[in-house]
Amino acid sequence: MEWFYNIINSGWFNLIWPFIFLVIKVLVIIVVILLCVAYLTWLERKIHAAVHLRKGPNVNGMFGLLQPIFDGVKLLLKEIIIPDRANKLIFLMAPVLSFVTAIAAWAVIPIGNHLVFSDINVGILYLMAISSLGVYGIMMAGWSSNSNYAMLGSIRSSAQIISYELSMGVLIATVILNVGSFNLSDIVMAQEHCWFIFKLLPAAVLFFIITLAETNRLPFDLPEAEAELVSGYNVEYSGFAFALFFLGEYANMILMSSITTILFLGGWLPILNIGILNYIPGIVWFVVKVIILLSLMILMRSILPRYRYDQLMKLGWKWYLPISCGFFVIVAFCLRFL
Amino acid sequence: MIHYIKTFLLIDILIGLKLAFKYMFTKRTVTVNYPFAKANHSVRFKGEHALRRYDNGEERCIACRLCEVICPAQVITIESEPRADGSRRTTRYDIDLSRCIFCGLCEEACPVDAIVEGPNMEYAAENRNELLYNKEKLLQNGDMWEAFLRKRLEIDAPYR
Repeated sequence: MEWFYNIINSGWFNLIWPFIFLVIKVLVIIVVILLCVAYLTWLERKIHAAVHLRKGPNVNGMFGLLQPIFDGVKLLLKEIIIPDRANKLIFLMAPVLSFVTAIAAWAVIPIGNHLVFSDINVGILYLMAISSLGVYGIMMAGWSSNSNYAMLGSIRSSAQIISYELSMGVLIATVILNVGSFNLSDIVMAQEHCWFIFKLLPAAVLFFIITLAETNRLPFDLPEAEAELVSGYNVEYSGFAFALFFLGEYANMILMSSITTILFLGGWLPILNIGILNYIPGIVWFVVKVIILLSLMILMRSILPRYRYDQLMKLGWKWYLPISCGFFVIVAFCLRFL
Repeated sequence: MIHYIKTFLLIDILIGLKLAFKYMFTKRTVTVNYPFAKANHSVRFKGEHALRRYDNGEERCIACRLCEVICPAQVITIESEPRADGSRRTTRYDIDLSRCIFCGLCEEACPVDAIVEGPNMEYAAENRNELLYNKEKLLQNGDMWEAFLRKRLEIDAPYR
């Protein structure tokens, strides 16, 4: 053990230890997120099955808990079929870009008191930027597949995402008005006395609906409608590339749910500031709230039909954008004069 | 007017959620834990084919070829010759179970209740050759499943 103590006490170890610690933190975050994404697929199948009066996966492992692992192994072992005249480089880079932007945004999300990977002062701006970058992955996938259905699916999906991002930005600005800072930990701490979902209920409901549109979930599912477009921009992908798209979409779902809890549901704060509830660590509150929001997203998928593409665009531009801007003006007025 | 109120308060989505919760929490699942538990099939279930015999052991089929003619998928192949004792019997009776559509028309057409569709659906094979049933296999099936087949025919007889 002497060599161990010799290394720790030497001068150059103190120099490189911060970098090693950084790498360990990054690896821990990525592994935890991948596990959460895999078990989100399990949760989705179980909830859909409960609504349909059947049991979900219950063969592999107790309650089907090993099912995501088997799914992952199956996807890894399949062949990645590259279409004949597809642009190979872009074809293979598109899922990577999708997945990386979904994971990179987790760098600023606080899951507990001071438990954030990097506490930057423009957290919200960083999140908006990363989700806008995600559109590139979808466009690249549709274009490089060299198939007309994939192209149509990716065009529709990119148009949908950028239209709903506008309303999302205005709603985030509405929340920032009440807080005064872009730092995500400050946003959570500003909700100590009253969560923003009570003060800004219409904004919270509208934000939740917009997160459904941002992640291509039902009822805004047309770009990857499984019956009509045969999963849109995904159609030419198989094997590990498809797994990356799939994981990217579910990681985006968890990311959007975390953003919703931080902005509206008080992040890692307990329900009331009573003694007993304060003893439960903040992480537990955060996870519980995110799981409730994810279950709501999954339930929305199981009960609602799909919007047609022109209805989707009409909603985004003619209804959600004016309502968000109007609500922003009302909140600004109330904060200034009341 | 009321339409706008209902839209902004998301009333229809809440009604849908109420229905989803009712199904999730108050109803029993209808999944059958196959293969440890099996679902109940009706008496008229059309499964694997079998050639039956009379009580004294004589095979019923008289090579009239009505089943071969009526089969929509044309999977039955029959060749016949007089047997040594002069009666009319088949020498070849093949059913291609990989092409059969299990419509039951052969069973309806047979005048002597020779070819029947039994209740068996668990006869998976590992390659296609095992699914091309010939006369011996069908007769064997018949002997194995005779008790079931007789009972089913008895129950269903008033309705035929």
